[in-house]
Amino acid sequence: MAEANITLEVFRYHPDSPDGDRGPRFQSYDVPYHDDWVVLDALNWVKDNADGSLTYRWSCRMGVCGSCGMMVNGEPKLTCAAFLKDYYPGSIRIEPLTNFPVERDLVVVMDDFMAKLKSVKPYIIRDDVNDTGDGEYRQTPAELAQYKQFSMCINCMLCYAACPVMGSEPEFVGPAALALAHRYNRDTRDRGSRERLEKMMEHEAVWGCTFVGECTEVCPKNVDPAGAIQQAKTDAAKEYFKSFFMPKGGR
Amino acid sequence: MIVTEQMPRPYRQPHPWNWFLKRPRYLIFMLRELTAVLVGAYLIFLLVLLGRLGAEQTAFVDFLRALTGPAAMAFHVVVFLAALFHSITWFNLTPKAMPFFIGEKRVADPVIAIALGYLPWAVVTVGIIWGVAG
Repeated sequence: MAEANITLEVFRYHPDSPDGDRGPRFQSYDVPYHDDWVVLDALNWVKDNADGSLTYRWSCRMGVCGSCGMMVNGEPKLTCAAFLKDYYPGSIRIEPLTNFPVERDLVVVMDDFMAKLKSVKPYIIRDDVNDTGDGEYRQTPAELAQYKQFSMCINCMLCYAACPVMGSEPEFVGPAALALAHRYNRDTRDRGSRERLEKMMEHEAVWGCTFVGECTEVCPKNVDPAGAIQQAKTDAAKEYFKSFFMPKGGR
Repeated sequence: MIVTEQMPRPYRQPHPWNWFLKRPRYLIFMLRELTAVLVGAYLIFLLVLLGRLGAEQTAFVDFLRALTGPAAMAFHVVVFLAALFHSITWFNLTPKAMPFFIGEKRVADPVIAIALGYLPWAVVTVGIIWGVAG
């Protein structure tokens, strides 16, 4: 059988390249086509055989680490889960995640995302930390079900690339961080929802979301950040009214 | 490494003004938001109608006659379609904002959309039709 090829059009940007061609621009590569290959396999082929300077992030190759998110024909995708056969014989255009600054080629700057994630305190907050010898904090399956879906987030940032609010309002805290904040607010072991909601109530947090819903569509882990944010809006509104009746400290 | 020319770093990707044409869901979102303008316009129309009720009878009759014209009919059809689109898209989103759990099982989305949206909508609609016709 004759060997089939597929064309990748890859976004290139090398701001400090000494020999011209810094970009931003697109570069085409003809890559061998295999129906069990994903886009990440094709990029690895380019890196190993055609152009060692191509830069991108990847790690686990199985949809767990969340490193290899890119725009594939305009859609935010984990490239380890985007099969060539779904695009063949057409060409595939690969770009860095939208709404992020680009450091080099397909690598985006995620500092802003990390700062936003940190700002919502996505961890269990409580004053009384028991010794592990005292046993675990127990939860019923019903209590677990309240937040389990939101805890599946792998911080791949596809939802940030899908969110048009991120594009027009870069201050927006964004889907993944807010979904994770909501995940801890719904955890019965947590005591920190009040301080977390203080951040979430800010204009550029939950109220920045206009419920476009594309974040939920592109999420590879079915987290449903759009749903989490709407529920968090309800929580934030309740907390706002509660603050009139119960001064700080009550819970 | 010698950098001969300063490049913007990092590179800021453009956010096009017509972003809402890039994906079907963006467009549906924009339409859903814009239908609110038509629904608002209809509320203003209702206020005008109420205002005319207080005017003398011939003026009100003239106003009603004007409503049978093609422009008024077209306005009503467009607003009706916009209101339908607005209601249906929002009802379908309700389960995301208001999930219900029975034990550890989440109630299916359509059940919530029907219970909180479509069913009350149908009851109120039938009630109004019954009230007007009966």
